[in-house]
Amino acid sequence: MSATKTLFDKVWDSHVVHKIQDGPDVLFIDRHMVHEVTSPVAFLGIKNRSIPVMHPEKTFATADHNTPTINQHLPVADPLSANQLKMLEENANEYGISYWGLGHAKNGIVHVVGPEYGITQPGATIVCGDSHTSTHGAFGAIAFGIGTSEVEMVLATQCIMQPKPKRMRININGKMSKGVTPKDVALFIISQLTTSGATGYFVEYAGEIFRDMSMEGRMTVCNLSIEMGARGGMIAPDEKTFEYVKGREFTPKGADWDKAMAYWETLYTDEDAIFDKELTFDGSLIEPMITYGTNPGMGMGISNDIPMANDVQGGATTYQKSLKYMDFNEGDSMMGKPIDFVFLGSCTNGRIEDFRAFASIVKGRKKADNVTAWLVPGSHKVETAIKEEGILDILIESGFELREPGCSACLAMNDDKVPAGKLAVSTSNRNFEGRQGPGSRTLLASPLVAAAAAVTGKVTDPRELMEEMVAG
Amino acid sequence: MAYDKFDILTSTAVPLPIENVDTDQIIPARFLKATERVGFGDNLFRDWRYNQDNTLKEDFVLNQDKFSGKILVGGKNFGSGSSREHAAWAVYDYGFRCVVSSFFADIFRGNCLNIGVLPVQVSAEFLQKIFDATEADPTTELEVNLKEQKITLLSTGESESFDINDYKKNNMLNGFDDIDYLLNIKKDIETFAESTPL
Repeated sequence: MSATKTLFDKVWDSHVVHKIQDGPDVLFIDRHMVHEVTSPVAFLGIKNRSIPVMHPEKTFATADHNTPTINQHLPVADPLSANQLKMLEENANEYGISYWGLGHAKNGIVHVVGPEYGITQPGATIVCGDSHTSTHGAFGAIAFGIGTSEVEMVLATQCIMQPKPKRMRININGKMSKGVTPKDVALFIISQLTTSGATGYFVEYAGEIFRDMSMEGRMTVCNLSIEMGARGGMIAPDEKTFEYVKGREFTPKGADWDKAMAYWETLYTDEDAIFDKELTFDGSLIEPMITYGTNPGMGMGISNDIPMANDVQGGATTYQKSLKYMDFNEGDSMMGKPIDFVFLGSCTNGRIEDFRAFASIVKGRKKADNVTAWLVPGSHKVETAIKEEGILDILIESGFELREPGCSACLAMNDDKVPAGKLAVSTSNRNFEGRQGPGSRTLLASPLVAAAAAVTGKVTDPRELMEEMVAG
Repeated sequence: MAYDKFDILTSTAVPLPIENVDTDQIIPARFLKATERVGFGDNLFRDWRYNQDNTLKEDFVLNQDKFSGKILVGGKNFGSGSSREHAAWAVYDYGFRCVVSSFFADIFRGNCLNIGVLPVQVSAEFLQKIFDATEADPTTELEVNLKEQKITLLSTGESESFDINDYKKNNMLNGFDDIDYLLNIKKDIETFAESTPL
């Protein structure tokens, strides 16, 4: 028996049903979340095999990728989207799966509602046909995105087959400086590692900066693990985690809670445990970040200039192609660049803290005339909190509107598409070519940077607009 | 679902010497609305193949008649981003059976293996040789031998071995499917399920 283990090893090893020699592990899945886009072919697969869903009580369905963010009470206009939504509802009903569709009080982005209702729990294995499933690692769960063949596998057998990833720990001590949010910490890490720097690894985030973060902040960090290539990222659960989880609808109660806590309290990395790779950064050096290229690794402190092609890792051809798409030049400053759109939302930054941060900047200011702003809560629960906390009043007073929950302009599957050539400051997770609409150009940033851009109409350092406040 | 067996593939290759090709380029999100696995090849690299008025972008490699074949060769970190299996489906549906790169994103690699497209990871040097050879002469053929885990540039005879675990190799050689394997150990899974704490 091995003496010391990492957090990741503890959770992984306790879920291995079967080991295949020179092959993957068969891993038991505690929670499976499905949405309308990556599940229809998987349901079709089990239908063709004439087999049931093995554990419908461990599977949860919500509609999010394809849904409109205005007039959700009306029929969905796009026939293809409407059909996908209908298929999800039919499949959920046929197989006895909880379904929170459009208009349901619990509807929202899959990675926002999972934690909100206590489906997400420490020490669980959680999968979903979506790469940002890594979000749930904030609770000390092993959570990662899977393809549709694997969705079918989990529906059919509650297991998937995965080679065990290597272990990486990223340590960051120090405090977040003024104007710095968990999003900036994550964009900083990705800018250091590149988009493939953690491929093949499962990451544990450790150190003061993560300990100090709220659960929402930890979710933002873990959410972006995939953007450096990692399968997932996780943070050891602590009192903050248990406090967040307690009393939610799907959280264990009474004696079951005590039993769960007995397990959860073992979930930390043993002192002498070995990682395959370990990185350490000084958190106090992290600035508000912004991206300038077409992958999330192309980011920098907002006051810096775009690097020269000769100074970056990887091929100059790819780098120059990227800058050409963005219509930027090497050596450009980002500050002051006029922008057209602002998107606040997504599974990365669509939680209540993100709206609080955004409101803290726009309060007492007005939306710039040249900016179209889409403010999209991650769920109805977030939407309700925005209203109850008086944030909606601040937003309306400043000339903004609030839309209805969904993935929205993060991937632009619905009508929320940034037009070709337009420049958007977006709190989402990907700045790939055309991600927010064909020909659209995306700058990834925090809710504070997005708010500063929304009221000034250009890329602006939020610290210039901040008074005495603590970033969320 | 079960898929074609993969043994030895000899084919010309289509070179795409760009790094970090993400799955949003391979298949943009607006084409993920189908509920069956049909027709995704039509939209493979949609926004690199077509202008916004749907005319062809003549300089893109898939639109150049001289390049064709069942092997797609991409730059480092191929398939990063979204977990959408539709990207692998689009690659398959277009007619590719093998993707060669010096580095693959995890989920894309797994998705390919699950549908019968072989991801072959080679060294950066060998990748460059393939790019150079195919661009100089598009009729250059590659041989991918799964049993021997070897890829050969037939024009020069240079070859390199590649990794794949025995389980997946056996699946691909025989067209076996993971779900059949898992259903065979269903009893073990049920027993395990009863003992899980969550």
